[in-house]
Amino acid sequence: MADNTKTTQEETLDGTVVYSLPFPEDMKDLEKMAPIVIKQPYQINYLHSYGQDSPFFAGLTNKKLLGTKCKDCGHTFATPKLACMECGGDCEWVEMPPQGRIHTFTVCQFGSEEFLPECPFILALIEFDGVDTLFLTRLLGLDSDNPSMDWVGMKVKPKFKRLSKLKPTDVWFIPA
Amino acid sequence: MRTVYAISGGVSKFTKARHDKTFQAIVKEAYDYCLNDIGLTPKQGIELIDGSVASYFSDHFSRQLMCGIMTQDYLGLTPKPGHRVEGGGATGGLCFQEAWKSVASGHMDVCMAYGFETMSHVQTWKGNEFIALASDVSFDYPVGGFYSGYYAMMVVRHCKEFGTTVEQMANVSVKNHINALYNPYAQKRMRIGIDDVRNSPMVAWPLTRLDICTMSDGAAAILFVSEEGLNRIEKATGTSIPKVKVTGIGRGTDAMRMSDRPHQSFDDFYAKNSLPNEQNEDSKAHYRELWDKGFRYPGIHSFRAGRMASRQAYAHAGIEDPLNDIDFVELHDAYTSSEIQTYEDMGLCRYGEGGAFAESGKAHVPGIDYGLKLEHEPICPVNPSGGLIACGHPVGATGLMQGVFGIWQLQGTIGKHLGDDTIQIKDPKRGVIHSHAGTGTYVSVSIMEKED
Ligand SMILES: [Zn+2]
Repeated sequence: MADNTKTTQEETLDGTVVYSLPFPEDMKDLEKMAPIVIKQPYQINYLHSYGQDSPFFAGLTNKKLLGTKCKDCGHTFATPKLACMECGGDCEWVEMPPQGRIHTFTVCQFGSEEFLPECPFILALIEFDGVDTLFLTRLLGLDSDNPSMDWVGMKVKPKFKRLSKLKPTDVWFIPA
Repeated sequence: MRTVYAISGGVSKFTKARHDKTFQAIVKEAYDYCLNDIGLTPKQGIELIDGSVASYFSDHFSRQLMCGIMTQDYLGLTPKPGHRVEGGGATGGLCFQEAWKSVASGHMDVCMAYGFETMSHVQTWKGNEFIALASDVSFDYPVGGFYSGYYAMMVVRHCKEFGTTVEQMANVSVKNHINALYNPYAQKRMRIGIDDVRNSPMVAWPLTRLDICTMSDGAAAILFVSEEGLNRIEKATGTSIPKVKVTGIGRGTDAMRMSDRPHQSFDDFYAKNSLPNEQNEDSKAHYRELWDKGFRYPGIHSFRAGRMASRQAYAHAGIEDPLNDIDFVELHDAYTSSEIQTYEDMGLCRYGEGGAFAESGKAHVPGIDYGLKLEHEPICPVNPSGGLIACGHPVGATGLMQGVFGIWQLQGTIGKHLGDDTIQIKDPKRGVIHSHAGTGTYVSVSIMEKED
């Protein structure tokens, strides 16, 4: 049976272990003490639902790039939105054209911790004929050491991962 | 709405890491300074303040929820009313306006706005990740979430549409870093030239490290009062306090995802987004030409939220010709490129003219040698404090810091507070502060005027 009346806690050697810090004789000297900084790890697994956007990711696993189109006003979104920003109407799923153009781009030499190992990488927004909004993607097949303003307007086409990760990076674009 | 005065402010020294104090104690530095400047002790502050608004952006950086109430109790302001406001990079600017509302509505006579961010608790790359969570985590973040990357894409398009150059962007960096030489609160105080900006490490093409603001630890506080609140304070201190009146409040928003931004027609732009100073044939011809070349508004090169915030605030304050009606601007230059984009949103020049405006000299501080060939005399100095680029960007404090420098400018007390009056604008009547979130998602514009 567990002893639920014990008055000492178990001492362990994990985490930060300190036997004592310098302590002044005069309590007034504590005001000059250097700050104590400890490490606090924090890790979480979220259950992230794509919700109403889920068909987009199902599309990627089938090598289809899907957007949405407003049933009322026809406004077409390259990055899916199921409620129309223009008129508030409901949108339906449509397939994007097989080719687009680079609307703008950058080469990231640095980035967030998660993507640092992938630097440098090219980010681009893609425009499609007859589609009102843009699509954010990675661009491959261009020399990231020699970016050029002339890339804007270049025709590009999507490529899809064979083994889908159910992420927007299951699709990327290359020169058409 | 009642008349609201911003009568005092305080800022902590913005710096890379403040491990010596927790966030509450850093706020108290700015708060105590704000009270002391009008002759109030902390104890009198507790007696006179009706309530507060707290400003901080990210719960991730502190790994602590409810930082607002922890600050409120540290300052001794419990059990008075208070709430936290959050809106990305614009958090401080929104806090300024919420405190204004608290007084304008008659809910409070004396309202303290305080804000902070302690970003040094994680390493820079993790910090970039936290900030990038302010982009759509289904469609944007996983592609390579990085704010400098997003701003680089915007400015590439700005360059393509208008011929804006990286040298024009570097001009902004030179101006703001040199202005900060005269501001001891700033984090990065440097005399640099155009070449230094271009030769510093590339972060996201074409933005280099010196085109981008840094993460920072810091706090700021501003005291807002009604006429009645002012009487109460002047009675307590026995002194007369120089009045800075808040005369205009404006806000705008735009889609979180840059990809969703509209590409409007000339007619829609003119009907919905143009400013009073653009209602003339010359401006119409300028814009007609842009549209003929394929320009669409706002696209990703312009911040519609910033334009709408300006339009609303200008209407409130009665400003028709921003460049000449405003004596100085403190705006949200998280990037040199976004300062240029914001000149256009705020109507200091027209869309397409921001690059040329940056190098014209019109936005520089009179009397400072920038080592640049500037063709025009200063008209409306922008970011005399050094802006975010040089002061640093402790998010929740930033928008309030702009307000503090604005108050000091209008009171003519820059010399007293900074120990140097080089960046003091001569006898300013009206100053504007501009706070900006995300890729232009929430933007606030607030106008302050000196009242004799
Ligand atoms: Zn619609």
